[in-house]
Amino acid sequence: MAEAFRIQLAQAEPGPAPAPGSETAGTVEPEHKSFPPFDATHFASQLFWLAVTFLFFYWLITKVVVPRISGILAARRERISADIAEAERAKEATEKAAAAYEKQLADARAGAFRIAEEARGQAKAEADATRARIEGDLNRKLAEAEARIGDIKSKALADVGAIAGEAAEAVVKSLADVNVSTQEVGDAVHAALNERR
Amino acid sequence: MAAEDPIHQFHIERLVPIHIGGLDISFTNAALFMVLTVLGAGAFLLLSTGSRRVVPGRWQSAAELTYEFVAKTVRDSAGEEGMRFFPFVFALFMFVLVANLWGLFPYFFTVTAQIIVTAALSLAVILTVLIYGLWRHKLHFFHLFVPSGVPKAILPFVVLIEVLSFVSRPISLSIRLFANMLAGHITLKVFAGFVTMLGSLGAVGIVGAILPLAATVGLTALELLVAALQAYVFAVLASLYLNDALHPGH
Repeated sequence: MAEAFRIQLAQAEPGPAPAPGSETAGTVEPEHKSFPPFDATHFASQLFWLAVTFLFFYWLITKVVVPRISGILAARRERISADIAEAERAKEATEKAAAAYEKQLADARAGAFRIAEEARGQAKAEADATRARIEGDLNRKLAEAEARIGDIKSKALADVGAIAGEAAEAVVKSLADVNVSTQEVGDAVHAALNERR
Repeated sequence: MAAEDPIHQFHIERLVPIHIGGLDISFTNAALFMVLTVLGAGAFLLLSTGSRRVVPGRWQSAAELTYEFVAKTVRDSAGEEGMRFFPFVFALFMFVLVANLWGLFPYFFTVTAQIIVTAALSLAVILTVLIYGLWRHKLHFFHLFVPSGVPKAILPFVVLIEVLSFVSRPISLSIRLFANMLAGHITLKVFAGFVTMLGSLGAVGIVGAILPLAATVGLTALELLVAALQAYVFAVLASLYLNDALHPGH
């Protein structure tokens, strides 16, 4: 590279020196006298145009590009954090709903158990009542029957006395042909019956 | 012949002669490529971000990546406070990068291969450091040249070194970019020149021209890397120097 540079300088040196005054001709050819980047002829114009272009570019960057791109990046950051917050919120809501569901399920189970328990208790009570009522009925009927039996029995016994008296009266009449009063026969039968008892 | 002269590409030609008060501010090919640089960089940054999509397309993504890359560079070198210089560094980076990339096209002019251009950009950085540093820290800014904890005996010597290193910054900053662009383009042109020279020698020459042609292709790839790398280096050094304006104490 350095060699090429030197070659070029060597080539440029012996060339015909440009005539003084021909520099402002507006063409390029007469300006071969030095290495172009070190040639001060165009320094002013380069500095001027660099200042114009770079200052415009700097203005463009500060006023348009940086606000726009930083705006895009900030909007994206906001959007992402908002989305994450939204997701968190949704997750929380889901968890809450799941917890509520669990609770409702548990409540429903407890309710069902309670209702079943109540029904069972009620049925048992009803059955008990029915049984008690029927038992009472039966006992009452039993007592009635016993009383009736007792009545019949005592009536039958009384009838037995009367029949025995009549039979005894008839027997006495036919055997001894003695007229005894019914009252006397009855008393005698009674006494006999009481004796036997 | 001018076509094979590796220096010819750096010649400046007046396209529209303008003279104001004896000052030659003609619109030259250099000025044309400065305008093209601004148009190219501006079009890239503005057209790609025009739709402001939340989910970016390729072009918008490229513009955002460039933006965030430079922003990270500035933040790493000069801290959060350094972000006030971000538009300046971003403008420098984009200008240098696009100027370098335009220069890779054959027959195009390389703005950044002109020492006056790189020197002006470097001086803009250093003057920003000086003016902002003095405005912000007044005389404390000169602590930059007086490192703390240095023995009194060698302090003048250290201060001299610090001053020299500060002064050499714009020089090294401008020459680094200028020399890289200049050397790369001359090398490219020399190798490409070999291809045409050998090619004109007949069949043997055409076979012989394969090697410099391959070298030219390889060098073009290398120059693409250099173009991007030098723009990055310029931006990194600019933000490092601007950091001194914010934090002059070592």
